[in-house]
Amino acid sequence: MRFALSDEQRQFALGAHPVDLVVACEELGHHPLPGPVAESVAAVPQLLAALLTGARARDWLAALASGDLIATLARPPLLPCALDADAAGLALLADAGSVWSALPGARLESADRARRLFAVTPDQALATGPDAVTAVSRAIDHGTLASAALLLGAGRGLLEASTRHARTREQFGRPVGAFQAVKHALADVLIGLEFARPMLYAAAIALGGNAPTTARDISAARVACADAARRAARAALQVHGAIGYTLECDISLWLAKVRSLSSTWGSQAEHRAVVLAALVQDRAGAWS
Amino acid sequence: MNLDPDPQAEAFRAEVRAWLTASVPDPPLPSVNTAEGFAAHREWERQLASARLAVVSWPERYGGRDATLAQWLVFEEEYYRAGGPVRVGQNGLFLLAPTLFAHGTAEQQDRILPPMATAEHVWAQAWSEPGAGSDLAAIRSMAVRVRGDSEGGTGRRVGGGGWRLSGQKTWSTRAALADRAFGLFRSDPGAERHRGLTYRMFDLRAPGVTVRPIAQLDGEPGFAEIFLDDVFVPDADVIGAPGEGWRVAMSTASHERGLSLRSPGRFLAAADRLIGLWQRSGDPSATLGERVADAWIGARAYQLHTFGTVAALEAGGSLGPESSLGKVFWSELDVDICETALDLLGPGAEVLGRPAPDGDWIGSHLFSLAGPIYAGTNEIQRSVIAERLLGLPR
Repeated sequence: MRFALSDEQRQFALGAHPVDLVVACEELGHHPLPGPVAESVAAVPQLLAALLTGARARDWLAALASGDLIATLARPPLLPCALDADAAGLALLADAGSVWSALPGARLESADRARRLFAVTPDQALATGPDAVTAVSRAIDHGTLASAALLLGAGRGLLEASTRHARTREQFGRPVGAFQAVKHALADVLIGLEFARPMLYAAAIALGGNAPTTARDISAARVACADAARRAARAALQVHGAIGYTLECDISLWLAKVRSLSSTWGSQAEHRAVVLAALVQDRAGAWS
Repeated sequence: MNLDPDPQAEAFRAEVRAWLTASVPDPPLPSVNTAEGFAAHREWERQLASARLAVVSWPERYGGRDATLAQWLVFEEEYYRAGGPVRVGQNGLFLLAPTLFAHGTAEQQDRILPPMATAEHVWAQAWSEPGAGSDLAAIRSMAVRVRGDSEGGTGRRVGGGGWRLSGQKTWSTRAALADRAFGLFRSDPGAERHRGLTYRMFDLRAPGVTVRPIAQLDGEPGFAEIFLDDVFVPDADVIGAPGEGWRVAMSTASHERGLSLRSPGRFLAAADRLIGLWQRSGDPSATLGERVADAWIGARAYQLHTFGTVAALEAGGSLGPESSLGKVFWSELDVDICETALDLLGPGAEVLGRPAPDGDWIGSHLFSLAGPIYAGTNEIQRSVIAERLLGLPR
């Protein structure tokens, strides 16, 4: 397992603009890459860069940027377990105001067979206090935004697989995609994805510019992307029929990931509550 | 995606906001579907035109400001934010005018656009027929060629010949009180059904025209049916070439589905009112907050998506089948917003004409229910999306 966001000019792990992050993560979700992606490319680099100085932090960040290091994170209750904590080179545990290095404990089975969940216990304390509060919050913002992008990409992957299947699978002497019920279900999937994507980009711009609407925009993007991905998942399974309900069919990879990702990094209900609270606080701001 | 405000657009916003704040009628005008309300809305349009705000995206010589699409969106946001009256001339402004800009002659543009901008002439659309709804190309109303020395239906002497129209049009929004109408007529019954059509304009008060109002779901005569009995139309009122009507109409159909029919400001304004209603209601069932959040998320998504469309158009792109995505999205969003408001209002929801701050949500709701039907039903749009954007077989 090896992945990183970096190029020759910039070490994305350190200074990626959130727009780069969402573009990349949409593609990673589109494939759909296993492993602690949002943790390793979005949340943990933010935590390390904000909290740690000195050689150890520099080494970790450089290794994250080169892809030599995979990092994972538990942040109960949003992220109760750390993904792949046994295989990751760096496992962290955070609460609202503290960060520890973490030791993997018992493994829990996920319905997504590519998600290996580990309970973790704190090892060494790395940071605590007001700076840690800010850093954890910002790391979770980045991870949540990345999870929204992964969901959008997964939704796109599901739609493409469904469209391919509907064009080629024949019943009653014609491709199933010629039937209006199938057409309309997939049209609704495309609508959901197309209107979620600008929310994702706007949230990335807000986060990159530290806009006062950042929390609202990230939560709104996550709601839109997860809803669109869930709709894509339901339609994909239905359009594929029985073959879609098997592990032999690749859509199972996306189906499981959409289910897991849309319940971690905050529930849909929690994100809607964040949006509503922000709107009530700033009615005039609702226009932009 | 660049979301930074453009200074020029923001200066324009300030001007529009100041004018609307001082000018939007309070209390609101009477219903546009009554004779009194129609006249009041026509007068409002005249005021808008004198402030050069009726048709900001049009060229200056027709009363516009040559505004960019981005500035037009600013105008629309401010218009809905201020709670401006229904645009009585919207069928002409948003459907006929784009067709005239694309396909009309200079003479037609000079003659028709200025009185449209001031609402001196209010236009109705005459597309559907009893046998032609979603299947618009099934229209049967006829246009028959006549010799060049006929008396004009509008009373003026016409040298260039013309056509006589016969048949029946229906679901013509605003036709009960409007002055003129435009639509498609079959001019060559022998041709393939999409090729034998001609796009033309006619006077709703010409001899041979009978207009019968139809009460809509809200009880008001927002629709009419139009009976045409040998109505003369001069050649000057044909848009594009005879037989080219389908192509002419479809080339601007995406305007109706997409940008110009329902701008994002409308839904941001509705979502904003809904947030206020939710706060005042205290959400008695404590379960409607999520739907209120979704209302705003949808309105914001539509706004941002529209920014993307505008940027693509300003970079030289065109609006094709993508406009169907927006049509389904906004029409369903509108229904969801209004239903959420009615659920918040509870047992009092059915009361018509609630004053501010709540507002007439039941009226908005009834109107929203038409959205998935008009401008091409959402079923037609979904088929367009599936076939032309996803490549599924016909």
